[in-house]
Amino acid sequence: MTEPRYAVGVDLGTTHIAMAAVDLTQPDQVDTFEVAQLVAPGQVESRPLLPSFLYFGHSEETGLGLPWDAARSFAVGELARIRGVEAPNRLVCSAKSWLSHTGIDRRAGVLPVGAPEDVERVSPVEASWRYLDHLAECWEAERSRGDESLALAAQEVIITVPASFDAAARDLTVEAAYAAGMENVTLLEEPQAALYAWIEAAGDQWRRHVRPGDVVLVIDVGGGTTDLSAIAAVESDGMLELHRVAVGDHILLGGDNMDLALAHGLRARLETDGKKLDRWQLGSLTHAARAAKEAILTRSELDQVPVVVPSRGSELLGASLRTELTRAETERVLLEGFCPEVESSARPATRARTGLTQLGLPYAADAAITRHLADFLTRQSAAARDLPGLENASASKSILCPTAVLFNGGVLKSDLLRGRLLSVLNRWLEAAGASPVRELPGTNLDLAVARGAAYYAMVRRGRGLRIHGGTARAYYVGIESPMPAVPGVEPPLTALCVAPFGMEEGTETKLPPQELGIVVGEPVRFRFFGSTVRRDDSAGTELLSWDASELEELAPIEITLPAEGRPDGEMVPIHLRASVTPVGTLLLEAVPLSPVKPDECWKIELSVREQA
Amino acid sequence: MAESPSFFSRVWLSWVCSLRVLFDAEFARRVQIARSTTASLPAAAPASRRRAKAKARRAPARLKDEDDATAQKPAAQTAALREQARRAAALQLLGLLQREGRLIDFLQQDIAKFDDAEIGAAARVVHAGCRKALAEHAEIGPVRTEPEGERITIESVDPAAIKLTGDVKGAPPYSGVLRHRGWRAASLKLPTAVADHDLSVLAPAEVEL
Repeated sequence: MTEPRYAVGVDLGTTHIAMAAVDLTQPDQVDTFEVAQLVAPGQVESRPLLPSFLYFGHSEETGLGLPWDAARSFAVGELARIRGVEAPNRLVCSAKSWLSHTGIDRRAGVLPVGAPEDVERVSPVEASWRYLDHLAECWEAERSRGDESLALAAQEVIITVPASFDAAARDLTVEAAYAAGMENVTLLEEPQAALYAWIEAAGDQWRRHVRPGDVVLVIDVGGGTTDLSAIAAVESDGMLELHRVAVGDHILLGGDNMDLALAHGLRARLETDGKKLDRWQLGSLTHAARAAKEAILTRSELDQVPVVVPSRGSELLGASLRTELTRAETERVLLEGFCPEVESSARPATRARTGLTQLGLPYAADAAITRHLADFLTRQSAAARDLPGLENASASKSILCPTAVLFNGGVLKSDLLRGRLLSVLNRWLEAAGASPVRELPGTNLDLAVARGAAYYAMVRRGRGLRIHGGTARAYYVGIESPMPAVPGVEPPLTALCVAPFGMEEGTETKLPPQELGIVVGEPVRFRFFGSTVRRDDSAGTELLSWDASELEELAPIEITLPAEGRPDGEMVPIHLRASVTPVGTLLLEAVPLSPVKPDECWKIELSVREQA
Repeated sequence: MAESPSFFSRVWLSWVCSLRVLFDAEFARRVQIARSTTASLPAAAPASRRRAKAKARRAPARLKDEDDATAQKPAAQTAALREQARRAAALQLLGLLQREGRLIDFLQQDIAKFDDAEIGAAARVVHAGCRKALAEHAEIGPVRTEPEGERITIESVDPAAIKLTGDVKGAPPYSGVLRHRGWRAASLKLPTAVADHDLSVLAPAEVEL
C-alpha cells in the first residue's frame, strides 16, 4: 500500500455527516470538504453537511441520477431527507442509532422500518457504508478523478464514533468502512475530536486556556444524540498530558427533539382553533418552528415570530395556516423541557420495559439533558481521583467537578441553552465546594468533529498533544454457576472481567486464569456486560454480585470453535484474551489450552442478536 | 482506460461547463488551466477495484451512445447550445425560488381578493424561503456602502454600476445624493443540473397515494 496523501476526518453523525481533510504534504491546514449531493430532483450541489438519510426511489421515480452515475435509484443527503418527508416508508434515517441498538441483528436488512415490498432492505451496517460510499464518490469526482492513489479508499480515514459506542458498535462501524473500500481506518471518539478541533482552532493559545489540574467536560448535543465525556489535563515529567477519564451513556436525545417539542406545542394551538394538520404539514411546521426558534434565540429584540405553515396546494394565499412562536414559549420548552434546574442528585427517568415492544429505537425516556448530566457526573465522581494534581476535580465525593466546559453540536450554538447548562452546573459545583467552570471559547460547532478527526491524523504523527484514554469500559462475560435446577430461580451469574477499563490501542491483556469450556463445532453464547465506572477490575476479576447501575448488559457474544481435527461435540477448555486493535476496536479471542496448531485462536463475534 | 464520453455526453458536458464557467469563477480558472495544459495531462487511470465492484452492484448506466449518424453536425449546434444553457440557468433559478420560497405559487395567484393579513402571512413564507435560497446561492452586496440620502462624490462612473439621474450634465467628479445604493451579485452558484433532467418543470404535480 502506498503512503496516503491525505488524512480525512469523517463525522458520521446520526443526522448529519461532515468531512474534513489534511494534505499530509502540507500538514498544517485542515480543510472542510464540501459534499456533493442531490438537493432536488436532478440538481446537485456541494454542501458542508450531508444529511444522514438514505432514500430508495420508486421504479417510476427519476431525478436520482448523479453526474457519476446517471442510473442511480437511491439518494443520500438533502434530497433523501426531503423525499423522506413525502414518502417516509422508503427512507432510512438514524442508521447510526440502529447500529448501536443491541436488540436487533445489525447485519440484517431491517431498514427502512415498515417499508413496502418493492423497497430494498438494508442493514444498519450497509446504510452506514452507503453514506461512506457516497463520500468516496464525491471525493473521486472532486479530488482523485481516477487517480487510484488519491482515491478515498487509499487515504488515512479517521471516523468518529460516540464515546458511548460499545465494542460491538465500533466493530460494525469499521465493518461499514471496510465495505466501502476503506482499508486504512481509525476510530476516534467524537468528544475527543471536538477537543482536538478546539485545540487546532486555538493554535498556540490553547495552553493558556487549559492547564494541569483541569478537567474539561465535553457536552456534545447533536441532532439525535447527546454524548458526554470528561478529559483531564495533568502534568507528567513537566509535560502536559490529556487523559479522557470518563464517558457517558448513549443517550438518544438531541436538537431534533427540541424542534419536535416546539412543533407539537404549535400544533396543539392550531388544533384548538379547529385546524387539522396532516403529516406533511406537521413536517413543514417542524421546519418552520426550527427557523422561528433560531430567530428567537439569535435576535434578542424579537419577542415573537410568526410561524406559517404553507398550504400544500399551489394556492399559497387563503390556505396557509398561521400562528406564532413566542419567546416565553421557546424558553419554557427549551429550558424547562430540556434543561430544567435540577439538583445534582437528580436521575433521569427510565421507561419500564414492556413485554411487547415494536421494532424501534430506544429513545431516551427523559428529555432533560441536565438530569442526564447530573447522572453522568455522579456516576463518574471518582473518575479523576487516580491522576495527580486533580484535587479540584475530586473535591467532592458526590460528583466529578469539571473546571472547564467545551460545547459541541449545532444545538449548543444557542446562548440560552449554553447559559442554562453553565448556570446549573455551577450551582452543583458551588454546592460541592468547587470553583465554577469556564467555557472554552467555541469553534464551528457543526464541523468541529470532522475537523478534529482530520487534525488527529497529525497528532498521531507527533505534531500535537494526544489525548490518552483507552477503552472507556471494562468488559465482562457472564458465566452461569452450575446448580441443581430449581423452577423459577435463575442460576446465579458471575461476571468475569475479560477486558479492563482504559486499555490503550495496540495492547492486550495477559490471559486470565479462568477456563471456559466450549463445545466444538457449535456456536456457544455468553452474556456480555460493560461498565463505564468499574475502573479497578483486571482481566480475571470475578464479580459475584454488583450494583445494577454498574454493569450494563450488551448484546451477547458468540464463540464457534472449528473442529480442526477435534471430534465434534468435544468440550475444549479455552482462555479469553482481549486486545485493542490499532483501529480502535476491541478484539476478543478464544485461546485453547491445548492448541492443535501453533498460535491457535479464534475471534469472538461481538455483535450478535440478543435472544428473545 | 476509461472510454471517452460519447458525443451526446459531450454536448451535455459542454453546456454544463459553459454554465459553470459563467457562474463559478474557480471552475473557470481550472478550465483555463486545463485548456493550456491538455497536452501534458496523463491518460485517465483505470477505475478502482472498489468502484468497479460498486458499478456491478448497480443497474447499467442509462446514458447510451447515440447513433453516430445523428452526431455529425456539431458546428450548427453550438449557438443553440449556448442558448439552451442560458435558458437552463434561468429555469434553475425559477425552480430554486419555487422550491425554497414558493415564489411561483405566490406570483401565479390572484391576490386582489385577499386581505393584507393573509398576503402578509404568505409573504413571510416567500420571503423566508427566497431569502435563504439567495443567501445560499449568491453573494449579494450593495454597490455603494454610504447611507441612502447622503451626498456623495463620484470620481469616475462605471455606467453599469452607477446610474446618474436628475440634472445630468458635465464631467466627473460628480456630486449628488445617493438615492439607491444598488445591488451587485459578487457570485452566483447554481446547483449543477444532472443530465436529461427536465428543468422546465419548476415544480412537479404532487399526487398522494
